[in-house]
Amino acid sequence: MPVATTSTEQPELFKRRSPIAETWENLRRSWSGMLGITLIVIHLIIALTSPFLIPQDPLEMNSKISNQAPSYEHLLGTDKLGRDVFSRSMVGGRVTIVVTILATMIAVSWGGLAGILFGFLGGRADEVFMRIVDAFLSIPWLLILLLIVSIMGTEMWVQILTFGFTYGVSTIRIARAATLDHVTSDFILAARARGEHKKTIVLKELLPIVLDVILVDGAMNWSWMLLGFTSLSFLGFGVAPPTPDWGSMIAKSRETLAIQPWTVFGPVIMLSTLIIGINLFADAFAKALGLDRSQGAPV
Amino acid sequence: MIKSLAKIKNLSIGYPNKKGELVYVLKNVSFQIKPGETLGIVGESGCGKSTLGQALMGFLRTGSKIIGGSVNFADKDMFSLSIHQLESIRGKKIALIPQNAGKALTPTMRVGKQIIEAIRLNADLPGDTAEKQLVKLLAQVRLPEPEVMAERYPHELSGGQQQRVVVAMAIASKPDLLVLDEPTTGLDVTTQAHILKLLRDIVSELGTAMMYISHDMGVIARVCDRVALMYAGEIVEDTSAVELFKSPAHPYARGLLESIPRLTLAGIPNSMPGQPPIPGTIPGCSFSPRCSCATEICFKKSPEIEIIPQTFHLVRCHHWQRVLAKDFSLELIKVFKTIEHRIHDDPAIELSQVEISYHHPGFLDRIRHTPEPPATVSDLTLTIRRGETLALVGESGSGKSTIVKTISGLLPAKSGIIQLEACDLKIRIDERSMELCRQVQIIFQNPDASLNPRHMVAEILDQPLKLYFPKMTHKERRIRQIELLERVRLDGRYRLRYPGQMSGGEKQRVAIARAFAADPDVVLCDEVTSALDVSVQAAVLDLLSDLQKEHNTTYIYIAHDLSVVRAIADRVAVLYQGRLCEVGTVEEIYSPPYHPYTETLMGAVLVPDPNFEPRLLASDTPELSPPAQGCCFQRRCPRCIPDRCVTETPPWQFPLSSDGYKIRCHIPINELMVETQVV
Repeated sequence: MPVATTSTEQPELFKRRSPIAETWENLRRSWSGMLGITLIVIHLIIALTSPFLIPQDPLEMNSKISNQAPSYEHLLGTDKLGRDVFSRSMVGGRVTIVVTILATMIAVSWGGLAGILFGFLGGRADEVFMRIVDAFLSIPWLLILLLIVSIMGTEMWVQILTFGFTYGVSTIRIARAATLDHVTSDFILAARARGEHKKTIVLKELLPIVLDVILVDGAMNWSWMLLGFTSLSFLGFGVAPPTPDWGSMIAKSRETLAIQPWTVFGPVIMLSTLIIGINLFADAFAKALGLDRSQGAPV
Repeated sequence: MIKSLAKIKNLSIGYPNKKGELVYVLKNVSFQIKPGETLGIVGESGCGKSTLGQALMGFLRTGSKIIGGSVNFADKDMFSLSIHQLESIRGKKIALIPQNAGKALTPTMRVGKQIIEAIRLNADLPGDTAEKQLVKLLAQVRLPEPEVMAERYPHELSGGQQQRVVVAMAIASKPDLLVLDEPTTGLDVTTQAHILKLLRDIVSELGTAMMYISHDMGVIARVCDRVALMYAGEIVEDTSAVELFKSPAHPYARGLLESIPRLTLAGIPNSMPGQPPIPGTIPGCSFSPRCSCATEICFKKSPEIEIIPQTFHLVRCHHWQRVLAKDFSLELIKVFKTIEHRIHDDPAIELSQVEISYHHPGFLDRIRHTPEPPATVSDLTLTIRRGETLALVGESGSGKSTIVKTISGLLPAKSGIIQLEACDLKIRIDERSMELCRQVQIIFQNPDASLNPRHMVAEILDQPLKLYFPKMTHKERRIRQIELLERVRLDGRYRLRYPGQMSGGEKQRVAIARAFAADPDVVLCDEVTSALDVSVQAAVLDLLSDLQKEHNTTYIYIAHDLSVVRAIADRVAVLYQGRLCEVGTVEEIYSPPYHPYTETLMGAVLVPDPNFEPRLLASDTPELSPPAQGCCFQRRCPRCIPDRCVTETPPWQFPLSSDGYKIRCHIPINELMVETQVV
C-alpha cells in the first residue's frame, strides 16, 4: 500500500517551524530591519529609563542660564526659560510613545476587524460602510484630530481613542482589500460549505491570513501617528505644558531658531530616528513576511 | 548529419538557499533540437521542465544562476549575448507559447492589433500589408471570420480561441523554433484535441521546430517526434516518441505509463509510491527510492547517460537491459485494480426537476417583461444511490460545479426537489441543521486553495471535529486527527505541518481527511485529482475508493477527464449546458450506443500512443448559454437533424428498456449504435 510519507528519508521535515520563528529568521538577515529594530528598542529603553538617568531636571527653570549654547553641563544648551534641552529631549517622547502605541493597537484592532468583516460580508452593507469610510478619508486628518481634541479636551485617554479611531479608518481599506483577495478562495468556500458560523470564518479563517498585512500597516500607522501627535503638540493641542514634549519643544524653539538653532536639534533627532527606525522595520517586516515581492530587494 | 538548431550541453541551473547552499533545478541536461523537429519535454511538476524552456530562450528566474554548461541556439551561446542581441532572437527566431493564453494577451488591446505588433517586430510593413498578413495568420490558426475576430478583445474570446491568437502571434515572424509550455493544460478535451491538430498542421506547413513541454503523456504522444523524459532535474530518457511508448527503457517511464487511467480499461491504475526528491540531494540515482528494480548500486552510484546501440535510445539507468527484457505495451497493462461496483437500491440523494439560474431579473427587466434567459441547469432528475459513485461529466460550463454548489447549499435552486433521504436539501447552508451539514462534505479541486495556508494540519482537521462533535475533548480530537491521517495514509506527525510544507498529493490527502472527519454520508468531489501529477492521481483515486468501501460513502464525482471517470465511477451522468444527455452505468456509457455529445467527448480523449489519432466530431466553439428550445447540443452536434432537433426537446430513450440507462436524443437507438463519421 503506497504511503505518501517522507518520514524515513527526511525526518527533519517533521520539526515544527512556526511562522513566527520563520519570519524572525528572515528579519534577522535584513540589516535595515535590524537597524530599525535597534532604533525602536533604544527609544523604548530611553522612554522607560530616562527619568532616572538624565543629568538635569527637565522642568527646572533658571532665567540666569536661558538661551545658552551647548556645554558640558548642558549638552544641547538651554531653552528660553533656562531648561536643559538634552534632558527635555530624553523625556519628551514618553507621552508621545505611550499614546501612539496604545492608539496603534486600537487602530489595528478595530480597523482590521471592520475591514475583514465588511470585505467578507460584501453586498449593500459593505457598499454603504465603505462610502462612509471614503467620506471620512477625504477630510484632512489634522482637521479631524483638531476638531475632536478641541471638543473632547486633551486628556490622554481622549487622545488615545481619537488617534486609534482616526487612523483605524485607513486600516479598514487595507484589511478589506487583503480580505477580498481571499474571500472567494476555496478554503473560505469550504468553511461555508461546512456550515461554519460567520464569526468563526472571520476570526479563524480570514484573520490569520490577512494578519500580516494588517500588522505591517499597523507599523506604518505608528510612524504616521507619531507625526500626527507631534503635529498636534506643535499646535498646542498635544501634551499640556510644562510636561516636556517633542512637538511643543519644536514649536518653542521655532521662535529662536535664527539665533540659537541647537535647541531644535534634540527633539528633531529623537523624533526622526524613531520614525526612521519604525519605517525600516516595517519595510523589512513586510519583506520577511513575503508581502513585498519587489524583485532584487534585499531581505 | 543535419546540423542542430538548438543545442544544450551539460546545463546545470541552481539557486542558493537561505543557508547559502546550492540547490539544483537542472542537473547536467544535454539535448539537441534539429530544424523542423518536435521535441517533447515531459515530466511531473517540479522536475525543471519550465526552467529548461526558459533557459533555451536565454532567460533565468531571479536568484537562479548557471552552474555549468551552455545553451546554444543557431551557434550562438544564449547566455553570452547582450540584451540587445537576445532581443533580435527572442520573438523572431524563437517564440514562446505560454500556458495561460488569457494572461499572455493584453486585456485592453484588440487582438488584431496585438498580432500586428508581433508582425511589425519582424518586418516594418506598411499598414495594408500588415493587415493582409494578419488576416492570413488568423486564417492559418483556423479562426473563423478573421476580420471580425481581429476586432475583438481577449476577454471576448474563448480559451481555445485565445490560445489560437497566441499561436498566431508566435508564428507571425516565422520563427525557427517554438517553445510551448503546457499550451493546452486547462483547456477542455475537445479544445485540446483541436489545438494539438492545429499545432501539428502548422509544423508541417511552416517546417518550424518545436520544443513542447507537458506533463501529459497523451499530448506528447500526439505531437512529438522525439521525447525527453525528465525526473528531478535530469533527463532520464531521450528517444523517438514511437520508441518511448513502445519500449520504455527507464523504470520511471514505465511507471508513468502504467499510472495513466485509460478510457478502455476499467479500474484504478497502478500508482508510484513516494515523490521526486530535490535534485542533487540523493547520493545515487534520483529515482532509486521509488524504483522497483533498484539494487545496491542504484543507491550508491548515480547512473550516466547510456546509448542503447540498436535504437540510439538514450537512457540514464543502471539496469536498462533488465528493464527492456520485460515486454511492455499499453495493451499488456491489465493489472489495474478493479473496484467492485456496488449498486445499492436505496437512494441517498434524489434530485427531481431541479432548475438553477444565476439570472436575477432587475427592476427594468420586470417592468419590460424581458423574457428570462434559459436556466443554467434545467430539468435535472437524478438518483444517487447509497454507497455508489456517480460521476458528473461535461466540458467547462456544463453546470457540474453549479450542481455541486446547490447540493452543498451554497447556491439556491430555483425550483425542483433535492432530498437527502428524508431531509430537504434545497435549503441554503445557513438554514440547515448541523447534523445535515455534517452529512454532506466537499473536497475541492486544488488543495493549495482549499487549505488555509496559515493553519497547521491539526487545526485544519480540528475545524470539522469542533463543529460537528462539540462534546469531543481536546485529547479525543487529537487521537481522532492521528487516526484520520493514518486512514489517508499519512504519518500522524503530519499534524504539525503547514500546507506549504507538503506536496500536492499530501495536501489533497489532508483535504480528504478533513472531509472524512465529519463522518459524512455524501462526499462531493470537485475534480479532486485534476491538479495532481499522474503518478499521484492513481494513489488518490485508490484512497477514495478504499474510503468509500470502509464507510459506505456516496460520492458525487465531478470530472472533465473521461479516463479518470472510467476508473472510479459506478454510474455516469453526461451533462451539456446544464442538461442531462446520457445517464447510465460506466459500462453502458463507455460502450455504444453513445449520445452524440458523449461520443464527441470520448473521441477527443488522448491515448499515450503516437499512432493514435483522436476523432474530432464537433467544433470546439463553446456556447455561452443553452438554446431556448430544442436539444441543448443542437448547435455543435455532428448528427443534428435540421428541423426536429432545433424545435423539439428530444425524448429520453431507454436502450436496455430498464430505466437505469437512458439517452436523450432524437436519433433512434439503432442508429446511435453506429459510429459517427468524421468529416
